[in-house]
Amino acid sequence: MANDPIIALRAVTKTYGSGATAFQALKGIDLEVATGDFVAVMGPSGSGKSTAMNILGCLDVPTGGAFLFKGVPVEQLDRDQRALLRRRYLGFVFQGFNLLARTSALENVELPLLYRGEEKSRRRETAMAALAKVGLADWWDHTPAELSGGQQQRVAIARAIVTNPDVLLADEPTGNLDTTTSYEIMELLTGLNRDAGITVLMVTHEPDMAEYARTIIHFRDGLVERVEQGAAA
Amino acid sequence: MFFTTIILAVREIRRHLLRSFLTVLGIVIGVAAVVTMVTLGQGATAAVAEQISSLGANILQIRPGQGFGRGGGGAQAPDFAMEDVEAIEEQIAGVRAVAPQAQASALAVRNAANWQTTINGTTTQFFTAQQWQLESGRVWNDAEEQAGKAVCVIGNTVRQNLFRNDDPIGERFRIRDVACEVIGTLSARGQGGFQDQDDVVLMPIKAVQRRFSGNRDIRFIMVAVDDAYDTASVQSQIETLLRERRSIGPGEQDNFNIFDTRQISETLQGTTRILTAVMGAVAAVSLIVGGIGIMNIMLVSVTERTREVGIRLAIGAVASEVLMQFLVEAVVLACLGGLIGLLLALVVTFFLAPVIQVPFLFDPQINLIAFSVSALIGIVFGYFPARRAAALNPIDALRHE
Ligand SMILES: Nc1ncnc2c1ncn2[C@@H]1O[C@H](COP(=O)(O)OP(=O)(O)OP(=O)(O)O)[C@@H](O)[C@H]1O
Ligand SMILES: [Mg+2]
Repeated sequence: MANDPIIALRAVTKTYGSGATAFQALKGIDLEVATGDFVAVMGPSGSGKSTAMNILGCLDVPTGGAFLFKGVPVEQLDRDQRALLRRRYLGFVFQGFNLLARTSALENVELPLLYRGEEKSRRRETAMAALAKVGLADWWDHTPAELSGGQQQRVAIARAIVTNPDVLLADEPTGNLDTTTSYEIMELLTGLNRDAGITVLMVTHEPDMAEYARTIIHFRDGLVERVEQGAAA
Repeated sequence: MFFTTIILAVREIRRHLLRSFLTVLGIVIGVAAVVTMVTLGQGATAAVAEQISSLGANILQIRPGQGFGRGGGGAQAPDFAMEDVEAIEEQIAGVRAVAPQAQASALAVRNAANWQTTINGTTTQFFTAQQWQLESGRVWNDAEEQAGKAVCVIGNTVRQNLFRNDDPIGERFRIRDVACEVIGTLSARGQGGFQDQDDVVLMPIKAVQRRFSGNRDIRFIMVAVDDAYDTASVQSQIETLLRERRSIGPGEQDNFNIFDTRQISETLQGTTRILTAVMGAVAAVSLIVGGIGIMNIMLVSVTERTREVGIRLAIGAVASEVLMQFLVEAVVLACLGGLIGLLLALVVTFFLAPVIQVPFLFDPQINLIAFSVSALIGIVFGYFPARRAAALNPIDALRHE
């Protein structure tokens, strides 16, 4: 069962705009991601990586084709159903960290638990545990402005994993970080994948970072060019 | 979940104190204005009622002329004579007391102390009509009244200003060139609405006529009606009698007027009530403007916080939760603004009321209404920005700079 695809795209297309200005960013993607895999998505700028990630993250719906998440056709769900899916199964890490400003690390990490309606004391406990996992237990009361880029990204990762998601989606998580910090973040993601069994999908431009993945998917012009085994396989 | 939303809202408000304060400034001022206006207006209404009723219950005031006050019928309307007073007393049933009055304003002097006051010439019936007790001494007797002796009964204010702590009975003071002997002091009545009732010197009417006005005219007549009789019917009997005495032919207008104090009281109270309503309405407009202010800043803040909304949506907030968050924020803000407004109004009215000489009356009803309205404003004007935030697309919102 562990090798059932948790994610499956079938002939997925995505068109932005309509009429003369319409632009097809995805031109028919077929893709499967097995449960527990660590996937790196690579490709030139504008090849549709972020577009695909948004669809995989249930933030957006495909224009055509089918997207099955755990066997559920996501394109048939409405806005709120997709929100509940994200709340329950997905974690996001963005290139720009996207933490709430003027809000402590702990409160940022607590946020998804709040929407899950968790008790205050349990919220605290779980959020502190997540911060400890990314090595920031001592920094819980710092606001983003008081943290380095790498630390902010760790907080973002803690926020993404605090709900024990099945899938962690990361769009260029190291894009704004220096090399040393990037490696630390990659070690963190690898650990989560290995120890917590979280399926990780990560967009990156850097071959060094892709080294950490078991599967590497290359995008080109809105199509999957090729899929190869990564160094970690 | 709802409780959590309120906590989140309060957190958000605390995080942006200045912005929050500016947002609710309109509400604060609006609520304060409405409550202040209405509270002071009600105080004024009460003051008017108090002043009129201090003239005494079931009192008719008869004056020459047609309007309210001295003007109206003009110079041709003659004053009354002592015979008119006697006629009313003898011929009309149900009259408890009839007090003629002749007034003059003059400076009272005793040693180094002097005091500008009102000299009121009347008969002993005045005390009966007004049901005004003496504090000490006596009123003048019939012989003194007939002779127009310079004896007087003084109000509490006059006593304090001229005599300080001395016993005034038997003492003399000067009014113009008349030396006046104090035979009695009136019990203190205090502030009757806008005017100090205790600031008065009472004398036999003949003394005032002879020594101050220089004629035998009576400026007005005060009639106290017996409780068992109908004031309106007594009023019309007096009108008939005076028309006859003043030789007014049928079809001609009265050249005097009779006011029922209760009627005046009702009229004046009606007027101040309308004024209060008008001032309140003007202030209410400022409350609406305050509401629009909230909407304005909330709309700006939705734009400013687009990325935050994006993060919340990406994390799994459903649209209704985002809507709730912004709505609750607006309502909590508006309610806080309302509360601050109420406090402000309380402080302002408390200190302003004595300055403009109306009593300070705390009315829970207007406070409750103003607060409810501010909460309502939060809901109404918070809804549109909240709906806009909830409708945001998470991807666009996240990309927003
Ligand atoms: N909301 C949008 N409206 C219109 N066109 C869009 C929109 N989002 C993306 N595109 C277009 O779709 C194409 C794919 O964009 P996408 O962001 O998926 O590329 P990417 O592979 O992530 O690139 P990069 O490596 O630079 O992040 C681009 O040509 C882009 O201009
Ligand atoms: Mg991209």
